[in-house]
Amino acid sequence: MISVTINGKQYELDGPTRVVDYLEDRGLANRSLAVAINGDVLPRGEFAGVTIRDGDQVEIVRPVGGG
Amino acid sequence: MNDDLVIAGVTFKSRLITGTGKHRSKQDLLDSVERSGTEMITVAIRRLNLDDPTQETLLDHLDWDRYRILPNTAGSTTADEAVFTARLAREVTGSNWIKVEVIPDAQYLLPDPVGTFEASKRLIDEGFVVLPYIHADPVLARRLEDIGCATVMPLGSPIGSGRGVLTSEEIQIIIEQSSVPVVVDAGLGVPSDASHVMEMGADCVLVNTAIAQADDPGGMGEAFKLGVEAGRLAYLAGRIPMKEQASASSPTTGVAVAAGRSG
Repeated sequence: MISVTINGKQYELDGPTRVVDYLEDRGLANRSLAVAINGDVLPRGEFAGVTIRDGDQVEIVRPVGGG
Repeated sequence: MNDDLVIAGVTFKSRLITGTGKHRSKQDLLDSVERSGTEMITVAIRRLNLDDPTQETLLDHLDWDRYRILPNTAGSTTADEAVFTARLAREVTGSNWIKVEVIPDAQYLLPDPVGTFEASKRLIDEGFVVLPYIHADPVLARRLEDIGCATVMPLGSPIGSGRGVLTSEEIQIIIEQSSVPVVVDAGLGVPSDASHVMEMGADCVLVNTAIAQADDPGGMGEAFKLGVEAGRLAYLAGRIPMKEQASASSPTTGVAVAAGRSG
């Protein structure tokens, strides 16, 4: 098990997890999202090449209405 | 007559940008966007709710291909936060356009000029097309133009206040001095506020709350469209100089006399 912080909350994951796999597990594979890990924003299309590891701080964002 | 608005090489027929926040329903949003005639809409970037990650937002119902999406950095209180949000926004939207907002004060939501300048400079260096939201400060507007901002976006009055244009004199100076489009953003309450700044020579306005929170957002969207168009036409047509005294519109000679009616 690893412990990670995603959008400010603590979560346990089974182990190091590729971003693409995490999103797929949550039903988010085709959503307009951006992901940052430890402050680094992942370029689009790199979700398969990056792994969430123990202690990582993850941000997952989407567009919402705004002015 | 060709009177297109050009921002960073992209041509727009509409001179009204609309915000997508604060709408009460999906239908209100769709109606107001449609009837406003806008070609560019703003969005904010926020954390996904992981407790309900597939929850819809109102934006899911908009046809994104019909509009240029202008994400903002709203919620950022520092330049660092704005740069981070802009990088996220670029990956979410696939667009390198960003409305830079650096706002440390929640009560009046006035933008931080130093933070805005710093964030804009860094983002331009990273290849973003930067549209900075600023107070109506002509000196800051020039500095932002000098570093390569695509527009300047001076405020009329505080965000969401509906107080109209309290900064007319400063906006007039910005218009005189700017060689990038001047987009008046924030505080506009009614279409006459939009007309007012367009008559002065502003290139464009951005409206959110006044449309979204109107009793009939579709109707208000169309009203702002007409207000913007009226103001633009009036600017191009050229207003008359103001005079101290009256000047009769009707001939001053040949006035009939009512004989025998005196006394």
